[in-house]
Amino acid sequence: MSRETLIDLLYLFSATTFIVALKGLGSPKHARRGNMVAAFGMLVAVVATFFKYVDGHSLHHVWLILLAMFIGVIIAVPTARFVKMTAMPQLVAIFNGVGGGAASLVSMTEFIHIKSSHPATYVILEVLLGVLIGTVSFAGSAIAFAKLQELMTGRPVTYPGQQLINGVVGAAAVALIVTILVTASTSLLWILLALSFVLGVIFVLPIGGADVPVLISLLNAFTGLAVAASGFTLGSNLLIVAGTLVGASGILLTRLMSKAMGRSLSNVLFSAFGSVVTASGATTRDDGRSVRSGTPEDIAIMLGFSSRVVIIPGYGLAVAQGQHVLRELAELLESKGIEVFYAIHPVAGRMPGHMNVLLAEANVPYEQLLEMDEANSELATADVALVVGANDTVNPAANDDPGSPIYGMPIIHADLAENVVFLKRSMRPGFAGIENDLLYNPKTTLVFGDAKDTLTKMVAAVKAN
Amino acid sequence: MNVLLQYATVLILTAFVGTEIIAKVPSILHTPLMSGSNAIHGVILVGSMLILGGSTTNLQEVLGFLAVILATLNVVGGFVVTDRMLEMFKPRATKVKETPADEVAP
Repeated sequence: MSRETLIDLLYLFSATTFIVALKGLGSPKHARRGNMVAAFGMLVAVVATFFKYVDGHSLHHVWLILLAMFIGVIIAVPTARFVKMTAMPQLVAIFNGVGGGAASLVSMTEFIHIKSSHPATYVILEVLLGVLIGTVSFAGSAIAFAKLQELMTGRPVTYPGQQLINGVVGAAAVALIVTILVTASTSLLWILLALSFVLGVIFVLPIGGADVPVLISLLNAFTGLAVAASGFTLGSNLLIVAGTLVGASGILLTRLMSKAMGRSLSNVLFSAFGSVVTASGATTRDDGRSVRSGTPEDIAIMLGFSSRVVIIPGYGLAVAQGQHVLRELAELLESKGIEVFYAIHPVAGRMPGHMNVLLAEANVPYEQLLEMDEANSELATADVALVVGANDTVNPAANDDPGSPIYGMPIIHADLAENVVFLKRSMRPGFAGIENDLLYNPKTTLVFGDAKDTLTKMVAAVKAN
Repeated sequence: MNVLLQYATVLILTAFVGTEIIAKVPSILHTPLMSGSNAIHGVILVGSMLILGGSTTNLQEVLGFLAVILATLNVVGGFVVTDRMLEMFKPRATKVKETPADEVAP
């Protein structure tokens, strides 16, 4: 067997491990092993690459490659090990962005490398797509990171003529691609690089913080596709398979997330959702409706008399760092023979599935984490729906008020339960800035205060009873 | 067979396989799915190595060097953080401690 065949075989093995890893994610039981299998497959591919011939010679600059890898590892491992779980969306955005950047650089360098040999037009097209998509992903991820890390406002950034300007920049990029296809000019390629960067920035600016889960999935898909494009250029099936897998996963998640918000993808990306809401939120529709508020002790008694409690956590829980106390409360109730579930809305948190990770970190067993549909069938027979730090995801307006901005979003039907309890900081509306009628429902009790404090008091009260 | 056509075949078949598999991932694992697939596209490291290893000018060396650093960040960071997350997903604790206590009680 020739050296090249052996290396290709090893690459085939790696590609297989990636598919095995994704398959492993079908259940929490096998997921971790799957991830390790993929990591091993990646290691095999990297080691095999050291023995590959490029243009008829073995790899140059092996020490330089090792040095660059060393630098990468030194930065990556501590970051990945010590980042807080609430900061996971930022971290994924960053790792995604650098991947896109690498794909873009690979395509660029390959272009410079092969240009002298007058490559076919389709080869140049692959390069240009790799540069365009990779750079958009890099720049977009950087802005998404800045928004999530609160280095800049999470609100949509809008300015007059925004759609028009974005359209012009996009059209200019396409025109440039066509020109480079004809002229194969390297200097124009640099301009394309700059233009793609601008495009990535202005594409993400008008997307509000609440829509970032959709955005991150989409950028993930972009990087995947950029990697697949580089695979075409370099003639590597491994890169094509890996890139396409990620592209498919990103696109699927993007669609799932927009569906979970009840909005179309184009609405999420282009409507600057949430930019004007603070104005209407501040002047709360004060039509004399009253809310019923209670003390943590009242709620503890109510919980003590129930047989089935469904907890509906939102990102506010994580902001208050109340996950551990919440789990303690749940365990306490369970020890009294009360059934406890957590109902997780798909967009709870700041990225797809984020709330599950935050609760898993607080040692909540995954059997207790119910997906929305499952949770809604449990809620009909629940005595108490305990809403902690969530608001929009339980807002009935999504179902019955066609004028509401969130109309059409599937929600968790907290209103089906016998009693509804909201732990809230204030009457301030949630992330989307929309009034919630459920707060005024006669079966609703509100407990004001920091979620963690309130939960701690509830734990003490349940213990005392 | 035309090389382009061969790559396109791989791309299309993978797209279908990927969609099938990923549609089966429960929403509870969507965050690890994202960071895990994130790590997988870090395979661009292989491309970056080939670029740096085949570079003949200083410009190519600089770009390739940067690409290897970025791709390594992507791969290593992605796998490590995914592992850290998946480690946290645990089933209901088997009541090891309670069982002996129950047996002692009577």
